[in-house]
Amino acid sequence: MAQPETIIEVTGLRTQFGRSVIHDDLDFTVRRGEVMGVVGGSGTGKSVLLKEIIGLITPAAGTIRVLGGDVLNDEAAMQRARESWGVLFQDGALFSSLTVAENIQVPMRERGGLSQTLMDDLARVKLALVGLPADAGPKFPSELSGGMRKRAGLARALALDPALLFLDEPTAGLDPIGAADFDTLIRNLQQSLGLTVVMVTHDLDSLVAVTDRISALVDKKVVVGTIAELMEQDHPWLRSYFHGARARQVAGMAAPNVEKR
Amino acid sequence: MTEPAAPHAASFDIAENSAAGAGGRLFQPVGAWILAQASDLDIQLARLDPATTPGLRIDGGRLTQLDTAGAWLLVRLARRLEVQHGKVEFVNFDPSHATLLERVAEVEPEVEPLNAARPNGLTTFLARIGAATIGVGTQARDLVGFLGLAMITLGRSLKQPHRFRLTALVSQIEKTGLDAMPIVGLLTFLIGVVLAYQGAETLRGFGAEIYTVNLLGVSILRELGILITAIIVAGRSGSAFTAQIGTMKVNQEVDAMQTMGLDPVEVLVLPRMLALIVTLPLLTFFANIMGLLGGGVICMVLLDISPDQYMRQLANTTDISHFWVGMIKAPFFAVIIALVGCFEGLRVSGSAESVGRLTTQSVVEAIFLVIIADAAFSILFQLMGI
Repeated sequence: MAQPETIIEVTGLRTQFGRSVIHDDLDFTVRRGEVMGVVGGSGTGKSVLLKEIIGLITPAAGTIRVLGGDVLNDEAAMQRARESWGVLFQDGALFSSLTVAENIQVPMRERGGLSQTLMDDLARVKLALVGLPADAGPKFPSELSGGMRKRAGLARALALDPALLFLDEPTAGLDPIGAADFDTLIRNLQQSLGLTVVMVTHDLDSLVAVTDRISALVDKKVVVGTIAELMEQDHPWLRSYFHGARARQVAGMAAPNVEKR
Repeated sequence: MTEPAAPHAASFDIAENSAAGAGGRLFQPVGAWILAQASDLDIQLARLDPATTPGLRIDGGRLTQLDTAGAWLLVRLARRLEVQHGKVEFVNFDPSHATLLERVAEVEPEVEPLNAARPNGLTTFLARIGAATIGVGTQARDLVGFLGLAMITLGRSLKQPHRFRLTALVSQIEKTGLDAMPIVGLLTFLIGVVLAYQGAETLRGFGAEIYTVNLLGVSILRELGILITAIIVAGRSGSAFTAQIGTMKVNQEVDAMQTMGLDPVEVLVLPRMLALIVTLPLLTFFANIMGLLGGGVICMVLLDISPDQYMRQLANTTDISHFWVGMIKAPFFAVIIALVGCFEGLRVSGSAESVGRLTTQSVVEAIFLVIIADAAFSILFQLMGI
């Protein structure tokens, strides 16, 4: 892969709520097969950027291309894109009236053409992939812990074997061990399923453990680079984010792991 | 991952494998074994007879694409064959496909559910009746308990009037009383219209149109005014109580309140209950007037009974006791509606879904209890001869 293929390409994006401008002439690209972290302070529009790419919010100006199709103007391209991505919302966003297995089967059912036996089998495969026990399938989301709900949400996001996976704060609200497990899980899945991952996060551990490149939202634009590159930047927010006591600690602890990989 | 834009087709071949010695065969999945093809492949694989394929190995050399669905089909096939022929090897797979296969192969084979002995229909039916009966009993007991709790709290806060939440009370009076006036007024006006219209049509047959006024007076003052008002308030404010308190419960606001030493019954339930005790009689009074007004309009238009005549007939023939019978019920209905609304709200636990379920339940239960109470009042007044 000498010339990495671009899977998401956002150019000249402008987002405005009333008179407050969130993004101004923002460019953002994701290459096939990489894990892209998105960071930024509160209110810099990380989640908004994610929602714009997946079509939940329409930006004021700019183009968004996913898998080569213009998803803002071309409904067919949007539909193709929808079929090739999975989204994990913050708390899983599982349908509370369906069991976990039924939740995983919703996208499959929507797609149609699969027998119930095969869907049941596939639901079990997805559960095992995200590290949930098989007996979680017939349970309702309210019977699961927060961490398990996230895994179940991930299983549903993976239901159609997407090429592209969006994660909104995947480790928020998990304990450090649970968060580390989830990071490992995402990395493993990304490698074995060949996923491209876009991950909005605050969690420095996750950034170090999982991401290949990071896009930092500062001054309504994106600064992109690897952790090492961003650490050399002079912007005050980036400095305090990557050079705070916590950041040094994480970087110090995680360095050997990075080497190993 | 630079495969050509795959002509999304998938199939398989079974080839003799000379290298593996006599009887060695290769199962070769061909093309894109992905979710889109899974359904077809599933059917084709089901036709494959394991008995005819001894010593099979699965060769991934001709695969272009593999996802978890395809991998699962291969793993499942391998498991089926292993039952008859022992270990099935996966050979010649692309490294990325091999990793995926390994992960999918970790999925445990399906365990048959143990509850094979399904209970029969009759047992289930009886069990459901039993569970529902116990549910109703527990619910009734808890509601009476809640009534007691509310009364104790009320007594305590009467002793310490400074703890009483006046702002909350006034705000609730506005929300449950003032804001409900347009809908209550309009509906009872229309009820009056309908009643007068139907009554006049029937009574005209006997030449007794003038008794339409008596009909209106008794039915609206005694029953309809209060009942319609109570039902509207149960649907409007009782449901709001459940939804508000339920949402606070979901957000753990009620828990937070308790840790600060605030009593949820005192802070949340009492202002709502007292507000309804104040507003429901007032709304009923207003509803009575609007209902009589609606009836009066029809009397004037349809029966040529002038407003003056209408008032006189009403005053002469309708005893004031009918008015009091209606009004006396209002505070009791208010307590029922407020208690049920708050009680169901406090029963919310965990999910947002239960807020919706309990809100519906609270309205149904409040209306049900209001009508039961109304029937009880009728019997009581009958016995008292009012």
